[in-house]
Amino acid sequence: MWDLCTNSLDTARLRGASYGDVRVMHLRQRDLTTKNGRVGTLSQSESIGLGIRVLADGAWGFASTDRLTREGVAACAAQAVSLAKASALAKRGEVVLAPEKVYVDSWQSPFRKDPFEIPLETQLALLLAADAEMRRVRGVTLTETDMQFRKIDSWFASSIGSRIHQRKVISGCGIAATSFQDEEIQKRSYPNSFGGQHALQGYELVESLDLLRNAAVIAEEAAALHSAPQCPEKVGTLILGGSQLGLQIHESIGHPIELDRVLGQEANFAGTSFLTLDQLNKLKYASTIVNVVADARLDHGQGLGTFAYDDEGVPAQCTDIIKNGEFCGYLSNRETAHLIDLDRSSSTMRTESWNRLPIIRMTNVSLLPGTWDYDDLILDTQDGILMETNRSWSIDDRRYQFQFSTEIGWEIKGGKKVRMLKNPSYSGLTTEFWNSCDAICKFDHWTLWGTPNCGKGQPMQTMGTGHGASPARFRNVKLGAAFAKS
Amino acid sequence: MTQSTRKPAKKNSAAARKKSGPAVASLHLLSDAEMHRIAEKIFKLSDAHETEVEIGMVSDALTRFANNTIHQNVAEQVLTVSVRTVLDGRTARATTNKTDEESLRRVVAASKALARSQPRNPNLLPMPGPQKYTKVSRYFENTAHATPADRARAVARVADMAEKNKQTAAGIFTTGVTQSAIANTNGLFASHRQTRAEFSITILESDSSGWAKANAPDLSRMDPVALAKSASEKSAASRKPGEAAPGKWTVILEPAAVLDLVGFLFYDFAGTAVADQRSCFNKRMGKHVMGENITLHDDVYHPLQSGLPFDGEGIPRQRVLLVDKGVPSNLVYSRATAKKMKAKPTGHGFSLPNDYGEAPMNLVFSGGNSSVDEMVRSTERGVLVTRLWYIREVDPYEKVLTGMTRDGTFLVQNGRVAGGVRNFRFNQSILEMLSNVELLGPAVRAAGEESFEMVVPPMKVRDFHFSEVTKF
Repeated sequence: MWDLCTNSLDTARLRGASYGDVRVMHLRQRDLTTKNGRVGTLSQSESIGLGIRVLADGAWGFASTDRLTREGVAACAAQAVSLAKASALAKRGEVVLAPEKVYVDSWQSPFRKDPFEIPLETQLALLLAADAEMRRVRGVTLTETDMQFRKIDSWFASSIGSRIHQRKVISGCGIAATSFQDEEIQKRSYPNSFGGQHALQGYELVESLDLLRNAAVIAEEAAALHSAPQCPEKVGTLILGGSQLGLQIHESIGHPIELDRVLGQEANFAGTSFLTLDQLNKLKYASTIVNVVADARLDHGQGLGTFAYDDEGVPAQCTDIIKNGEFCGYLSNRETAHLIDLDRSSSTMRTESWNRLPIIRMTNVSLLPGTWDYDDLILDTQDGILMETNRSWSIDDRRYQFQFSTEIGWEIKGGKKVRMLKNPSYSGLTTEFWNSCDAICKFDHWTLWGTPNCGKGQPMQTMGTGHGASPARFRNVKLGAAFAKS
Repeated sequence: MTQSTRKPAKKNSAAARKKSGPAVASLHLLSDAEMHRIAEKIFKLSDAHETEVEIGMVSDALTRFANNTIHQNVAEQVLTVSVRTVLDGRTARATTNKTDEESLRRVVAASKALARSQPRNPNLLPMPGPQKYTKVSRYFENTAHATPADRARAVARVADMAEKNKQTAAGIFTTGVTQSAIANTNGLFASHRQTRAEFSITILESDSSGWAKANAPDLSRMDPVALAKSASEKSAASRKPGEAAPGKWTVILEPAAVLDLVGFLFYDFAGTAVADQRSCFNKRMGKHVMGENITLHDDVYHPLQSGLPFDGEGIPRQRVLLVDKGVPSNLVYSRATAKKMKAKPTGHGFSLPNDYGEAPMNLVFSGGNSSVDEMVRSTERGVLVTRLWYIREVDPYEKVLTGMTRDGTFLVQNGRVAGGVRNFRFNQSILEMLSNVELLGPAVRAAGEESFEMVVPPMKVRDFHFSEVTKF
């Protein structure tokens, strides 16, 4: 692989590139699903190719190929230079890259059980057993389960001399029960909606989930939701479960801190950000108990945003984003770091595959644990609603006004969960919401949730991001607006 | 507009390569004979009871601009070969992007190993035999061979225009080719080739923005400068936006806004969705759930549509009347779903195996005669919407969607556009919306961001529910 990398970088240099970086990637994926007790999808795929990014005439070009021959990668490199020179036709300024050291390294994400070595029969048997547990519950009309596994090898080389090999093993698993009754559809998912939990782990992730016990619980809840009262429309106290809070972090903190958005580079598609450069170190983003980091290091956990080096060859880092409520950091790359007076990228350049350009992405953007025990948080809440497991999510293109709904809600009165509520939802403005946070649960309740489906860029790239969160409480939140009639 | 009249590239010749080193990667289209050969090679490597091969080739290039400059310029060519095997009532799929003998042997073995690992499915149908297809012509040489310089020149023109207007432009200009083929050991073979061009632009000012987008198989049907002018005018017209109160509003939805809303209905027309009781048409088929002015087909053969004329099993797509004057009338079916639901396959199945069955992918709404200008003139107080954003489903049965307006939202008063307004959040049932359509314009090929391209009209709709307002 290194020969292919070297060959393409040499060609790029000969064609006039002043800088180049190249990634050869080999991606393997396995998908298993069941529906209503039968195997649904059963597929496996692999893809290998090379993508090269170059600077020529002060502008960027990127090309990719699956022709992994000397001639194929050289032609690809030449195409990248040609694209860069075309970019220079509409150039307004020179690209300047923050300095970075040369690294020669090899890294593998830790896992105990390689999911590709676990017999398919074992994996399917577990999913079919969980499916059967859900179908046992009266009122459940649709049952679904899934597992996904990926193994990604990448060989990164750059014209400054770095050579980095990384291997990542990623696992995901989830189950869902749906109930149609009386012209209403209700659904419960475990451990999270939209495919469950995903992490930079092996098959041990699946084994840790206790699917069979939880299958019965969510099936009962899906059927019971039909007779639960509607979530009221009011302004009140909200407690968010960890997975929903993870998505709230993703949408209302993770995206607005992406520096490419802030600089207008995503204006046509993903949007811009309310966090203009003048807000750095000035905006009170959140209440003083809120601390948020973007941490790609293994020390933070085995999340979908964990790696040793980003796809620009910069080592994983931890960046403070919100410290004691104050906004103090963006997600940057080598090209944008100098715009916020950094002398180095915060290592956030990531690519979906060999045929995509690395762009600024979230790593693990996490809310650090607070001090509360979960039971004490409930006990301390006189009147509120606990919402768990995302159902829908939407936020404006500057990441300011949002609305979320969840699969299930629980009314809390006098420090106790008193009854189930259906169709819960809440909405608000990002900074008002985070400034209303008055309690965050401690590390015992903290999970590094995986969001496997973050879409950004053109052509669209799907990326996995991590979000550590524990349940937290917010005051004076607008509740129930999604289902309000006027 | 900038139209490609590119001559055959001499630089790709062997002589040129020898002189100046390796050539720039060039477009290589697969002939039917080449795709047949790949499929036959796989059939020889497979001893499964039945074997199906899908071949896909994508050659795409995309020029991306922001802040009036090109900041990303990318190209890719990807070939995938996907093999489905059937072994005694068990089926599975494996995919690779390599076509050497060893890789093909491995992908066949992987498909068989996956198939063997599962319980037998007594409902699995045998693969279909040869089919007859209606030809659709969606391949254009000028689009297939558009160059980075062609795209860059068009971008430079719109960037210069934006700069002259003291505005900022961001967007994409993409061109490409896709090829698809499916073959199986029962003698079926189908192939399709098409080109695609897309231009999308957002024009920004300090407190306003405007947007326009077009997508077509033929590059010459698109005019980037005209699209840029439209976005520029919208941005200028929405400066200093006022704030209007949320509530029930009369809205005039331009085609892109209609597209991104009604696109959320597409899977509800799947036979499998109804069988699984997750479609909003479950228990509503044959009932009046939309206005009489709503008629909807799925029609891959419509002149403004794109896409291939066969489905994931190689069954020819049929034109299907989905909604007849407000009444959901028909669903679409894969072969397996059709058998289960005692219907006829319509050629809308996804590649097997899958959980979702099928879906209509080429929606065509019947339009009306009212222009957007006429809709504005007939409106005493309302909101004109260019585009919607981040639409998600809140209630799957009532089909309540939420989302935001974006890049050109205007207050209409006394038959005139009065100025820009801050963007709204909506929570709106699409079934209810399609019952409240007062005027329809001519249906056009529209491109948005939340749904695939469709043929939809602009609409004037009463009692559209804006629930909140954002700060810009």
